[in-house]
Amino acid sequence: MRRLILFLCGLLVAAASSAAKAPARAPLKDLYFGEGLYHAYQGEYFDAIARLDTELGQYYGLDEPGLDTLHFHINQAEFSVGDFELNYRMHLRAGRAIKAVLEGNVPPPVRNEAAYRLARLHFQKDQPGDAMTALARIDGKVPDTIRDDLAFLRGNVYVAVGRFGEAASIFKGLQGAKGYEGFASFNLGIAELRGGEEKDGYASLARAGQAGASDPATLAIRDKANLVLGSRLLEAKQPALAKQYLERVRINGPFSASALLAWGWSDAGLQRYDRALVPWSLLVKRNVTDPAVQEALLAVPYAYAQLNVHGKAALGYGRALEAFGQELDKLNASAKSIREGKFLAALVREEIKQDPDWVIKLRALPESPETYYLMELMASHDFQESLKNYLDLEALRKRLDAWEANLDAWEEIIAQRRAYYQPLLPELDRQFRALDSQMRLRIEQRDRLDKRIKAMLVQPRPDFLATAEERVMRGQLDELAKRHRNDPATLERIARLRGVIAFRIHTEYDQRLTDAWKHLAELNGVIAALKKQYASYVRTRQAASQSYEGYDTTLSRLRTRIADAREQSKTLMARQGHLLEVMALNELETRITRLEEYQVKARFALADSYDRAVKAQEAGAVVK
Amino acid sequence: MYRFFVAAVMPMLLWAPSAAGWAEQVSREQIKGLDEQVQEIKSDALGIAADLNRLEEKLLYPSNSQLAVFVSLAPGTKFRLDAVEIRVDGKPVAHHLYTLKELEALQRGGVQRIYTGNVRSGEHTLEVHVLGKSALGGEVRNSASFKVTKDVAPRLVGITLAAPGAAGPSISLKDW
Repeated sequence: MRRLILFLCGLLVAAASSAAKAPARAPLKDLYFGEGLYHAYQGEYFDAIARLDTELGQYYGLDEPGLDTLHFHINQAEFSVGDFELNYRMHLRAGRAIKAVLEGNVPPPVRNEAAYRLARLHFQKDQPGDAMTALARIDGKVPDTIRDDLAFLRGNVYVAVGRFGEAASIFKGLQGAKGYEGFASFNLGIAELRGGEEKDGYASLARAGQAGASDPATLAIRDKANLVLGSRLLEAKQPALAKQYLERVRINGPFSASALLAWGWSDAGLQRYDRALVPWSLLVKRNVTDPAVQEALLAVPYAYAQLNVHGKAALGYGRALEAFGQELDKLNASAKSIREGKFLAALVREEIKQDPDWVIKLRALPESPETYYLMELMASHDFQESLKNYLDLEALRKRLDAWEANLDAWEEIIAQRRAYYQPLLPELDRQFRALDSQMRLRIEQRDRLDKRIKAMLVQPRPDFLATAEERVMRGQLDELAKRHRNDPATLERIARLRGVIAFRIHTEYDQRLTDAWKHLAELNGVIAALKKQYASYVRTRQAASQSYEGYDTTLSRLRTRIADAREQSKTLMARQGHLLEVMALNELETRITRLEEYQVKARFALADSYDRAVKAQEAGAVVK
Repeated sequence: MYRFFVAAVMPMLLWAPSAAGWAEQVSREQIKGLDEQVQEIKSDALGIAADLNRLEEKLLYPSNSQLAVFVSLAPGTKFRLDAVEIRVDGKPVAHHLYTLKELEALQRGGVQRIYTGNVRSGEHTLEVHVLGKSALGGEVRNSASFKVTKDVAPRLVGITLAAPGAAGPSISLKDW
């Protein structure tokens, strides 16, 4: 009973929160964070976590993470990773991540949201004590977006730990909260019933049974409230009152079969077997795999027998026996198909995974087991979790295969790069070294010029700015002076010419200095371009070596890790698959046992009805 | 007999959880233990995926030549995006047809990395061609061309698509 309530509440938490949450779209500052969200919004949680893990790893490795664009989303990113991990059913990691947020130096609303998430996580894992501890850490301001969700969770946790009174007062406060129409009343009713407040519990369930909403989830909880209330009243031997509520369950809703069956029993409880036949006759026309339909197959002839229509009763039992026989054949064939591994093979078919109604369609596949018998089991939390794990392992297996193929391709790329670059690089390096020494020489010359021109600003040196022609002319004049040292007239002419040159150098000095500055600036431009080209070459050269060097160890380690993970996932998949098969087989076994019991009862009842029909016929003949 | 039948079957119909039948052979501890091991292998695989991401980037898209193009929808965009084509220097490098799930992910604020490749340093032309349907069912065809300059750092380009007739341009580019 406790597990059922927990299971119900778990479903309700999920249903209600999904109805209430609509994430607001905040301005995006980091593209890779947006990419993570893009994967998560499509349910691709593995890719979403991998993306955010990579980004967070890089972010925390930075010297100044505050300058990174992820900084604007860092809290959201941490929470999102936790959320995605939860959705990817990695509760242990998600729990650790949320705990880390809780223990960090964060503002109260952030800490409280983390505590709420941790509590929800523990509750989903059927650990209400731990959920209570997490809830106890909530103190101060709670974000408005989670206020109702938190109250609802707290109420559910109180129910789970047996604090029904406190749970009831929380659920009372949630009456009318948006997104919780019907859910809060239903849980209030359950809390009150379990707390011994039967009258209040009935009233709350009755209120939940009339919740006004048109969405499928609320309509379903309304039906469930009426069914639970009607069934409780039936157990409490109040069939007339029970019928009132059972009649409110929608005829086409998910709980209609159980409601029709119980409705018939409420009439039977009032000894009105003719009226009980109305819902039961509707029910027997439905799919015979439903346990309620199977029971109705026995209930209809039972009602006829009570009405002393033994002939019809005998015929009804005969039909029931025939139906049970056929169903037992189906069940046995299904069990055989599961043992042959066809169930697992069908579960991982791609076309089935694309369709939300895949569980139902599974039965249409050749040689697959009859899934109608497994629907109830398949809807159970444990089976769902195990099945999702199995499917995740299958997806992981495919991923690991693809990664291994990627490694092969990458190794080939690296080998091709090595084959291309290795012979080229030595000659390139030789040429580069020659160019490099020339370049260094020119740069040194430029630096010398720079120093000299700067020095001339302090101490003018016109001679330094003599043109090449002037320097040649001066040299020629020196030569002539040596040759004609004994000819005063010539020496005088030479001195005059020297004077002309010196005059020009001195009078044009300012202009020449300005020109020298201009030329130096031009030279600086050329040198800068040269340096850029140099840096570009160095980068390209480095990139060329890095394109094939230094990968061997990383690739070999990755290959080992992938191989290990593949091996492990293979083993786990086999174990998980076996577990699913055992669950399915045991479910079928339970149904087989139940049907066999029904068969025995039907056989006895058939014989009894024949006897009574024959006796009635004989009595009629005697009277005639 | 029928009274017994009613008394025995009724409670079972109302409350029996389906797990009751296999509880003896498949224990919750078994399920939990296996679940924890599955979580561990998932964790290992995520670690490998992160390392592979980094290695792939280093090996195939080094930062000095990397160009990545991301697509997002402007907030409130309702038009049905069918396809986007990206051309770099006139050559088609990416063409994507959108599923409903992908479109919803974009509408909720997700960002799709549509292309990662390598280009030389310098200026390049990036063309974006969009095909879709307006809210009224009419065909939407839009194109835009942008100049993108690549330097030594990885070049991330964000393309934002808006519905035709929206206040801003229907295709805009943002440098990241």
